[in-house]
Amino acid sequence: MSTDNYSIFSVLREALRGHTGWKPAWRDAAPKAAYDVVIVGGGGHGLAAAHYLAKEFGVTNVAVVEKGWIGGGNVGRNTTIIRSNYLLPGNIPFYEHSMKLWEGLEQDLNYNAMVSQRSVINLFHSDGQRDAYARRGNAMRLHGVDADLLDVAELKRILPMLDYENARFPVKGALRQKRGGTVRHDAVAWGYARSADGRGVDIIQNCEVTGFRIEGGRILGLETSRGFIGAKKVALACAGNSSRVAAMAGMRLPIESHVLQAFVTEGVKPFIDTVCTFGAGHFYISQSDKGGLVFGGDIDGYNSYAQRGNLPTVEDVCEGGMALMPAIGRVRLLRSWGGIMDMSMDGSPIIDRTPVEGLYLNAGWCYGGFKAVPAAGHCLAHLIARDEPHPVAAAYRLDRFATGRTIDEKGMGAQPNLH
Amino acid sequence: MRIACPFCGPRGVDEFAYLGDATVKRPNADAPDALPAFVEYVYLRDNPAGLHRELWQHALGCQSWLVVTRNVRTHVIDQVEAARDVAAARSSEAE
Amino acid sequence: MSQSNRLAAGGLIDRASSIGFTFDGRRYAGHPGDTLASALLANGVKLVGRSFKYHRPRGVLTAGSEEPNALVELRSGARREPNAKATVAELYDGLEATSQNRWPSLAFDLMAVNQLASPVFVAGFYYKTFMWPAKFWEKLYEPMIRRAAGLGRLSGEADPDSYEKITAHCDVLVIGSGPAGLAAALAAGRSGARVILAEEDFALGGRLNSDRRLIGDKTSAAWAAEAVAELESLPEVTVLRRTPVVGVYDDGVYAALERVSDHMREPGAHQPRQRLWRIVAKRSVLAAGALERPIPFGGNDTPGVMLASAVRTYLNRFGVAPGKRAVVYANNDDAAATIADLAAAGCEVVAVVDARGDAPALHAAARAARASLVFGGAIARAYGGRSLKGCEIVDGRGGGFKVACDLIAVSGGWNPSIQLTTHLSARPVWDDRLAAFLPGARPVGMEVAGAAEGAYGLGDALAAGFRAGAAAAEACGFAAGAVDVPATDQEPGDTHGRGPWRSPVKRGKAFVDFQNDVTVSDVELAAREGFKSVEHLKRYTTLGMATDQGRTSNVLGLALMAEITGRSIPETGITAARAPFTPVAIGALAGAHRHKEFRPTRLPPSHFWAEEQGAVFTETGQWMRAAYFPRPGEKDWFESAVREVTTVRTAVGVYDASTLGKIDIQGADAGVFLDRVYVNAFSSLAVGKARYGLMLREDGVAMDDGTTTRLGETHYYMTTTTANAGGVMRHLELCKQWLWPELDVHFSSVTDQWAQYAIAGPRSREVVAALVDEGFDVSNEALPYMGARELTVCGGVKARLFRLSFSGELAYELAVPARYGDAMIRAIIKAGEPFGICPYGAEALAIMRIEKGHAAGPELNGNTTAADLGMGKMLSKKKDFIGRTMSGREAFLDPERPSLVGFRPVDRSARLRSGAHFVPRGETPSAANDQGYMTSTAYSPSNGHWIGLGFLARGPERMGEIVRAYDPVRGGDVEVEVVSPVFVDPEGARLRG
Repeated sequence: MSTDNYSIFSVLREALRGHTGWKPAWRDAAPKAAYDVVIVGGGGHGLAAAHYLAKEFGVTNVAVVEKGWIGGGNVGRNTTIIRSNYLLPGNIPFYEHSMKLWEGLEQDLNYNAMVSQRSVINLFHSDGQRDAYARRGNAMRLHGVDADLLDVAELKRILPMLDYENARFPVKGALRQKRGGTVRHDAVAWGYARSADGRGVDIIQNCEVTGFRIEGGRILGLETSRGFIGAKKVALACAGNSSRVAAMAGMRLPIESHVLQAFVTEGVKPFIDTVCTFGAGHFYISQSDKGGLVFGGDIDGYNSYAQRGNLPTVEDVCEGGMALMPAIGRVRLLRSWGGIMDMSMDGSPIIDRTPVEGLYLNAGWCYGGFKAVPAAGHCLAHLIARDEPHPVAAAYRLDRFATGRTIDEKGMGAQPNLH
Repeated sequence: MRIACPFCGPRGVDEFAYLGDATVKRPNADAPDALPAFVEYVYLRDNPAGLHRELWQHALGCQSWLVVTRNVRTHVIDQVEAARDVAAARSSEAE
Repeated sequence: MSQSNRLAAGGLIDRASSIGFTFDGRRYAGHPGDTLASALLANGVKLVGRSFKYHRPRGVLTAGSEEPNALVELRSGARREPNAKATVAELYDGLEATSQNRWPSLAFDLMAVNQLASPVFVAGFYYKTFMWPAKFWEKLYEPMIRRAAGLGRLSGEADPDSYEKITAHCDVLVIGSGPAGLAAALAAGRSGARVILAEEDFALGGRLNSDRRLIGDKTSAAWAAEAVAELESLPEVTVLRRTPVVGVYDDGVYAALERVSDHMREPGAHQPRQRLWRIVAKRSVLAAGALERPIPFGGNDTPGVMLASAVRTYLNRFGVAPGKRAVVYANNDDAAATIADLAAAGCEVVAVVDARGDAPALHAAARAARASLVFGGAIARAYGGRSLKGCEIVDGRGGGFKVACDLIAVSGGWNPSIQLTTHLSARPVWDDRLAAFLPGARPVGMEVAGAAEGAYGLGDALAAGFRAGAAAAEACGFAAGAVDVPATDQEPGDTHGRGPWRSPVKRGKAFVDFQNDVTVSDVELAAREGFKSVEHLKRYTTLGMATDQGRTSNVLGLALMAEITGRSIPETGITAARAPFTPVAIGALAGAHRHKEFRPTRLPPSHFWAEEQGAVFTETGQWMRAAYFPRPGEKDWFESAVREVTTVRTAVGVYDASTLGKIDIQGADAGVFLDRVYVNAFSSLAVGKARYGLMLREDGVAMDDGTTTRLGETHYYMTTTTANAGGVMRHLELCKQWLWPELDVHFSSVTDQWAQYAIAGPRSREVVAALVDEGFDVSNEALPYMGARELTVCGGVKARLFRLSFSGELAYELAVPARYGDAMIRAIIKAGEPFGICPYGAEALAIMRIEKGHAAGPELNGNTTAADLGMGKMLSKKKDFIGRTMSGREAFLDPERPSLVGFRPVDRSARLRSGAHFVPRGETPSAANDQGYMTSTAYSPSNGHWIGLGFLARGPERMGEIVRAYDPVRGGDVEVEVVSPVFVDPEGARLRG
């Protein structure tokens, strides 16, 4: 590895010489003429795929091309939550695989991404919701995933700031996944980039894909703003823009692009120690290590590539927040941002081959892409290297819409803005 | 965002419910290839990063379904039409 | 304590009146018109806070909402407000402020030990360590970091104040009330346009109040006061003080936050704390001004270092001398006014350090103030710890000297406040001449005027404001006419500040982002490690991410990165702001939507009667429904519900079914239309008959069900589930308007128009007979099962009577116009008394529908098909309908799909729970053995044991088989027998009787 080994000792050593000895976390590479594999998209998924290709599958002649700066898309525009509390058998093994990779990530990458397993708590407010969460928790347990139901007395101890007295929709309990939590999102992109770079992967920033060269149904390479790059295999990991990029390869996808807003408040001393979701409104919240309350809610609900949303959604989310925990009334919203989501038609992702030989698709992550980063990278690397899906991602097929084997956690059908 | 309902005038986006792409057309169920045609109709979308024709309903107003032509990069709305007029024009074209 | 630094005269404060306040428990006095910061400075208090990471002592840097340092907790108890900017907080009598992020006290902060470790605590150090052992992160490292981080504390108690929202429409919104803003508002207001002028400060005038300028023959502050008076006299002009515009949204929507009562001890009666304005403006004029930027040098965070323009604000607006011996450090001519104003206020200016080679304006000012002047020099270092004691100055030729001072006024040029131009994603444009970012594409309808677009001169700003205000009014159809722009006095020279961006001397920590403790060295480290784009810089070092939103640090950090990496500023990146412009309390964005008012509450017509009966209610979406009606002696819901079920099954009960969605459907093609939206046929339904109908989504999954009645040849009456009423209505409208506009059919939601009561039980016919008016026959022959008719009840009240049964008993649903709903329930109860009637609630209803195996919400969960629900045979083969084609997909025909069956416990005393999963008997619970799940369970009084409904793979083929209902999250593991889902009267004899 060309990079420094990070440790308390290297930090102390550098402290003594004014930190002048650190090397760049990754090289700012220029494109070579050709690679075995080119990954489109220098976000979490693409960088993770490069890392696992190099580390687990021995494929190192790899480039990641990114139209802007790495980590500038959704891996840097989310609410940092990780969890594997899914309902359906197509999803649970995949997200649990991701959770296990999160649990060993920092040692694997030699980078502290602050994986914090502080638990994710989903509140319920009616008997029907309780039963639905019990079904989910039982499904998780059948897959070997941790889950437990909390009653109100336990909740009052863990989340004393909730409105238990005067709520429009009284809190009746919660489903908890203790191993869920948060991760310092930017660090995930940087950690994977640094590791992949150290294993020989070229990370090429400011390199926009403008087309694909396909002959006889087989991929030969891609046209970019920095010239043609030959490739035996190309993988798309550009959620938010999947439809646009896939269109260059002649494909239409079961995806719409939508904007999801998220919010952070001014830093305050520790207030909430877990991730908590409101079951009767659109609101979820956690607190960053820096002190900001990080929260979000529903997508704006209309197609958008604008990375920003509108006021009614902001109000809706804050209304949910005040309904759930009226103690946050005086803390101030500091920043909001919008990310463009690949909202798929069933709310679940796609990791699959495409009709073009050598072209692979990783798309449709809805608002769940961040927690999936390690597993998506690993399963995409597996698909590229072995040309067959990883068993935990076997349900994420592109043809499931034709066969009817859709994976619809929310039961909303083919309406992306409701997932 | 504000949408100029042709019947009620410009109103805040919070009065409207969104459905999606207005360019897809429900296939003929009796055609021999009806199933693949329905799969495309229900699931596949152009999802363009520019002008998008899309269905909205003035749900907290007159209940009209509308075809809105909107730039999804800038959110600027070019045109708002009553869906029934668009549908009628589309079926008369088809004939 | 006396106000030792209060000047003898001047300022926009009310000297006649004195108000008391406390800071860290000590009592001080100030005047109305002060901010907390100006009052603290007047009292000689310089140390007001501690920094985020190193706990360095900090003082007041600015005089506005860009303040990074002077953050305090305001008020106490449940009203405690963390991170309040002392530079914005308006002083009121009894104000309580407390310093934050220090222990045990502000002056003696043990956490300042962090400074010793500061060689380690550089940007991003935490990404490189705290990794071993892995499990220590949550247990040790993270709690330690979290306790140290954050600034102020939340009270932890519910916010006791209220908030409200208002929507306002105007022609022209003017943002900011400095020279350009006042001029724009005057020009637009005089034309008769509806104008809203929004100003974040409590005083209108912006820098007109901070600087001693002349407009015509008036002082700038006097001109501002006259302009405000004129604006307030114009009937179509609304002036909003204390109201920053915080967000720009699509199509001329602006969010603004009015601090209605933050300048009082607590809000008055019926007064909100803050008010969120949603302003819909045809045009807007952004006149937000510009903010000065600092020049980093070692120790530039020592209390006593202040922006030069802020020094003038304290002198001129507040009548406060922020120091007695000042050094001025500048790279542009704007500081000339600071030198002059300091001298005029009687402060000593000991040295003027001009970072440039030679600049006549500062030369002249320095000479007039008898200050020594250093050209091409820099401040090497400031010192003094908790209060500035002096600084070391270097000249351009290698010499240097120390001077004692208690104030350093710094001027590094100006950043136009263009944040609101970028909220809609427009990219700002770098201007080399101004050394500043200027607005790029404006949001539709917005003009930018004055310093916000780089017109820093007072005369230019006034002219631009009048022009923009007039143009905006004219765009809205008003005649603005010509404007006389008043003359102004001599403008300062070159105020652009094109660098140097920092002191060339590296001695000690030179801060770029004060609040987040990001230094010049941190920017260099980021560059060294490859975090060279502005996005990487911000994220890696946290530069610009603090509560000041990087107002004083973003552009500076970018410029330093450009300098370090040898690139231009535009190559390095562009900083674009997102909403909100200034931080907004979450309570304000929520408004009144909290507690019970979070969402509307819908009450069915019998609600108040049910309350009188002592009913216990439950939330069903927005509806409140009676869950059960307890009787004396019943100890819980279970006893009451079981008694209610037994009464219905043996006598008669009444239930308010009004929450079901009800849709009136009329038109010549109504029958054809229903054939297309339901899987089964309705055009063939006879008039006066009802039929159960199932709707699918186009993807073939069950969407909703209910009964629809044909009331006439062209008239149907549909019911939907309570939960899906809105969605079904929307779906019908879409089908009609978009898919089949040629059909003659129309819909009207009548959910709220009809009160509808289910009267169920073997004695129900007798009750109904007692209610209907004479001449109407309700016998089994005249009104058989699934029959319906319109009639009158109780002496002429129009009604509809349906022979429908959800409970499985002989039953009717009686609908009357909603205004009779309350009277109707009372009449039903009265008529039913002889037959032993009781009201029943949602719990009893749920038990009875499970006993009858009717699918409801838990079964119609958005993933189940008609076949899954046991209704596969209902799908018509004679017609197309929504969902028909997609129902033929291969997975829908998979025989392994879990299908609806009933369950009963092998041990009849065992309790069943919904949400349990089915595992074959004798097999290990695992994903591979997961065969389905329980959807609904109830104790069945009719059977004397618990029963359940659920989806089981190949369920209908497995009658009599025993499986495990596995429920680990509740510790349940019960053996159950697969049975028919109909537990009561499977032949349906009762409901037809």
